[in-house]
Formats: sequence, C-alpha cells, structure tokens
Amino acid sequence: MSDTDRDALVSDSGSDAVTAVSLLAQSVSDGNVNVAQNIGFGLIAAVMIFAALCVVTTKNVVHAALWLVIVLGGVAAQYILAAAEFVAVSQVMVYIGAVMVLFLFGIMLTRAQIGAEDGLNNQGWQVGIPVGVVLFGLLSYVVLDAFGDDTLAEAPLTGANNEATVDIADRVLFQYLAPFFGMTFVLLAAAIGAIVLARKD
Amino acid sequence: MLAANFLLLAAVLFCIGVFGVIARRNAVMVLMSIELVLNAVNLNLIAFALMNDDVDGQVFALFVIAIAAAEVGVGLAMVLLIYRNRRSISLDELSELKG
Repeated sequence: MSDTDRDALVSDSGSDAVTAVSLLAQSVSDGNVNVAQNIGFGLIAAVMIFAALCVVTTKNVVHAALWLVIVLGGVAAQYILAAAEFVAVSQVMVYIGAVMVLFLFGIMLTRAQIGAEDGLNNQGWQVGIPVGVVLFGLLSYVVLDAFGDDTLAEAPLTGANNEATVDIADRVLFQYLAPFFGMTFVLLAAAIGAIVLARKD
Repeated sequence: MLAANFLLLAAVLFCIGVFGVIARRNAVMVLMSIELVLNAVNLNLIAFALMNDDVDGQVFALFVIAIAAAEVGVGLAMVLLIYRNRRSISLDELSELKG
C-alpha cells in the first residue's frame, strides 16, 4: 500500500486505515510481499495521483493535457507491473499516441488563448470535493471489505514466454469474435460520424 | 502484492475524474476527466485479471481502450461543432433544453 493511499485513508476514515495497516502487517509477516514491486508501485502511484490532481486543478488547458500524459504513462507502467505487457503497449500507442494528439488539436482549434485563464471551473465547483471524498470513502470501504486480504499472483499469467499475449489473441479471435466485430463497426461509425460532424461544408 | 493496492489506486483516480467532471466548465477538460475515469476502470480490470490468473480482464481492457478512442473522437468533433456555432465551449451555457 502506497503512502499516498494510506494518507488518503487516514484523512478519510480511521477504521479503514487501521484495517489496511493491519492487513499490510499481516501479509508482511506471511512473507508473500515482493518489496521491490511494492516500492515501484508506490512511487508510480504517488506520481499518478499528483498528476491527476494537477489535471483537474490547473488553470492552463495545455498543461492539463500534458499532466494527463503523465497519468496515462503511469497507468501503462502499472500494467507492466501487473504483467499485462500487450495492454501496456496498446495504452501507450492509443492513449499517449493518438488520443493526446486529438486533445491537443481540440484545444488548439477551440482556444485562441494559450496560457493561464480563469473561468475553467463551474460556479459551484466546490460541490465536487465532498462528492469525490464520499465516493472514495465508499469505494475504499467496499474494496477493503471484499478484496482486502487477496494477493495478486507473483508470476506472470499462465507461465513463461508471453503466453498472456497469445491467450489474448486466442480469445479475441475465438471466444470474443462477435464483440470484436461489433467493436470494429463502432469504430467505423465513430470515425465516419466524427468526419461528418467536424466537416465544413 | 495485495490486490487492494491496485483497486485503491483505481478508486483514487476514479474519484479525481468524477471531481473533474463535476468541477470543470470547459468541455475539453471534462473529456480529459472522463479519460481519467476510464483508465481507473481499466486498472481495475487488469488487477482482476492478475488476481484470477485469467486474461479475460486484459481482453476487456483492450475493448475499453478501443471504445474510449472512439468516444474521444466523436466527443471532440461535437465540441468543435459547438465551438463553431457558439464561439464558446462552456458547458453551462448550453442550457436550451432546460425547462
């Protein structure tokens, strides 16, 4: 458990934090905690949370997009920690490669002003703070109640040599073939729809 | 490694994204916050895939990534259209349907 998570828990509700810390101590005494993996997870998680807070609080739209790149890169790093290499590479290509370019184009096409500006927030934006805090309290209570003592597998999924990627290919092209076709049509419709919407005629 | 690590990190990202959706007025910033929420969900799916030692979660995460890309494309096209018609992308000015 990262320091940031633990701080958030302490500030949120004391009993959850006590549960989490006792669970952590229990798993350490069981000897099934990979220290290097946990340290890497905590560092990346702290950077991700800081960057995510910057995304929703900065006054500069372009800076928000660049902070979002850090969050997305951190998510890709967490995927690699969780032995999901193919998803991590897809995340880098699709999100950092394509979606961020779309966002920057959207910012440039809708904003003449590059720089800090006021009026990015709603009038009653403070309402979001209690909503977020209460939602996090609820989610963390449910997560710790249901999965508090579950451990993740140390080894990569199903053995050596990237069999997870082979498994993904097998499932996408056999078990999930119909949803895959559906997704291709959704992408085609989205691309055509975006062209039709944004076209100047 | 505890499964709750990943799940709690995803919960934090999800809540920050929800806060962004509520707090932001600029339509592009709201779309960015939605990306935070979708990434939190993907993190959960990957953690469950690792926990159950099954790649189904990774397949679902790939589907979510593809749908999110389509959503951003259509969403930004709509934002562009709104900007072209109104010279502004403040969401609180789009209140014609309010009763």
